[in-house]
Amino acid sequence: MANPSYETTSGGGFWGWFNARFPLDKMLKEHVTQYYVPKNINVWYLFGGLSLFVLALQLITGIFLTMSYKPAASDAFASVEYIMRDVEWGWLIRYLHSTGASAFFIVVYLHMFRGLLYGSYRTPRELIWIFGMFIYLALMAEAFFGYLLPWGNMSYWGAQVIVSLFGTVPVIGDSLAEWIKGDYFISDITLNRFFALHVVAIPLLLVFLVVAHILALHTVGSGNPDGNEIKKHKDANGVPLDGMTFHPYCTVEDVLALGVFLILFCSVVFFAPTLGGLFLESPNFEIANPMQTPPHIAPVWYFTPFYAMLRAVPSAFGTQIWGVIVMFAAIVVLFFLPWLDRAPVKSIRYKGWIHRVWLAVFAVAFVILAYCGMKPPNPPFPLISRICTAVYFAFFLLMPWWSRMGKFKPVPERVTSNGH
Amino acid sequence: MSDEVDLGRRRLLLTATSVTGAAGVAFAATPFLASWKPSARAKALGAPIEIDVSKLEPGAMLKVEWRGKPVWVVRRTPEMLKQLDLATQFLLDPNSDGSKQPAYAKNEARARKPEYFVVLGVCTHLGCSPMAKFQRDDVTVSADWPGGFYCPCHGSKFDLAGRVFKGVPAPANLEVPPYAFITDGRIVVGSDTPQAA
Repeated sequence: MANPSYETTSGGGFWGWFNARFPLDKMLKEHVTQYYVPKNINVWYLFGGLSLFVLALQLITGIFLTMSYKPAASDAFASVEYIMRDVEWGWLIRYLHSTGASAFFIVVYLHMFRGLLYGSYRTPRELIWIFGMFIYLALMAEAFFGYLLPWGNMSYWGAQVIVSLFGTVPVIGDSLAEWIKGDYFISDITLNRFFALHVVAIPLLLVFLVVAHILALHTVGSGNPDGNEIKKHKDANGVPLDGMTFHPYCTVEDVLALGVFLILFCSVVFFAPTLGGLFLESPNFEIANPMQTPPHIAPVWYFTPFYAMLRAVPSAFGTQIWGVIVMFAAIVVLFFLPWLDRAPVKSIRYKGWIHRVWLAVFAVAFVILAYCGMKPPNPPFPLISRICTAVYFAFFLLMPWWSRMGKFKPVPERVTSNGH
Repeated sequence: MSDEVDLGRRRLLLTATSVTGAAGVAFAATPFLASWKPSARAKALGAPIEIDVSKLEPGAMLKVEWRGKPVWVVRRTPEMLKQLDLATQFLLDPNSDGSKQPAYAKNEARARKPEYFVVLGVCTHLGCSPMAKFQRDDVTVSADWPGGFYCPCHGSKFDLAGRVFKGVPAPANLEVPPYAFITDGRIVVGSDTPQAA
């Protein structure tokens, strides 16, 4: 006698047997072959897929790096040199990982800017934005912990500066900083701990958050540059009229985008892995020295906008915590974006010049802040940083007012393909 | 006996179980959180150290490491001690009221003996190590520079007693660690009394 058979939607054979026990077919349909994406998405919609690729790249290269890296203060710097010189193709794996870190932030910043352009965070996509912001936070933590691992002098002093931020908290600050370091200074103990966080804890969290981000997206459906909803107009089978299936249409686009991305990415990996000190800073080619601060400390470029804000605020009332508060507030305020934007339309296409000017000024201020954060704190940079910090906060905090101003064009019911 | 579900009782039991469970989780989390504190070995390595300053030239600076931080000993010349007065006009906290130092170092020279200045070479802004710029009018800092320390990270300035300038990111004077003279030429850092090392 055969086993009692199960009725499956996937038919018989191994495929049917498997799907009666695990919903692979259902998941593929739901998320790939029958997930409908608006037909009018443009180049700005490619960076989410690219972020996923870079995440996979970082996970794979990271796993291979841990096979040769030693997380101990006495061995770490030498083990990185060992990877670079003695391990077969070790230099490539490390440069893919170090360039991948910067590439991750480039694609994530572009992905976030897409959100600002087309109001991707507006109802019903608030949770996607919030999961995304948690991903951004986890990514910053991941980058920070990872930066200590080569145990170069910039690694050391960068960590020193960031951990000191926690020391500015009133009353408990000193013991909090000591608790984070596990010692009275950044030591072997701190390095070992940051290794565990960088290699196990944060990557697990990141993967979990990415799954949540995508599940939330696939629940409400993707947005589009027109800011209308394709789910409003469906055919008799319940398929959105303005939708195309994720596979093969988006997968093909994403593969093309990946090709273009890889040309740029590999150019950096092979021909300019330090990118003039922007991706790998020159003081980091010297071993960590607790007695000797590098002449100029600057974090890697992706942190510099926030670092400029930190430095822009002078100390007052005997504490420098104000700069720290401003810096963290700059990130916290992003979480509230879905509720700060009160515009009647989502997309920049149907907004007036006020919105365009605000967004442009904000983007320029952010880039200027990034530049100021790389420069020594001499005039005129502190003043410029203060102005741009004010612009950054004005953009968000005044948004409930300015986002309602100006003329709005009517949003078409169906998607359009004629662009801006 | 009634067959109906007693919702009030069910809610009470649920709440009580949840609270007990939460307390259990808090207790279970404690060892993990506490494991991040400095270990017994880290504490032992952080014990006081002895420094020999008998061979230090006047005007010179010695750097030693204590708890991973640079400890500076500057043997100040009478000329350098005069520069302290020049600096007073620029200072944020000339009397060290809002700064960290043992009571015996809360004076103009911020030292037990004005000749020997013992201080942590750690900027009170964000922990960088400032550079020695003892020369008066050193134009690499500023034209009217009275001599002192300059932090290259964020531009904080300190005088020759580690007192912070106004209008720089650092909020307080450089920290003076606990220290004591064992003999005229030997200092213990990390302890207020000569015998602890």
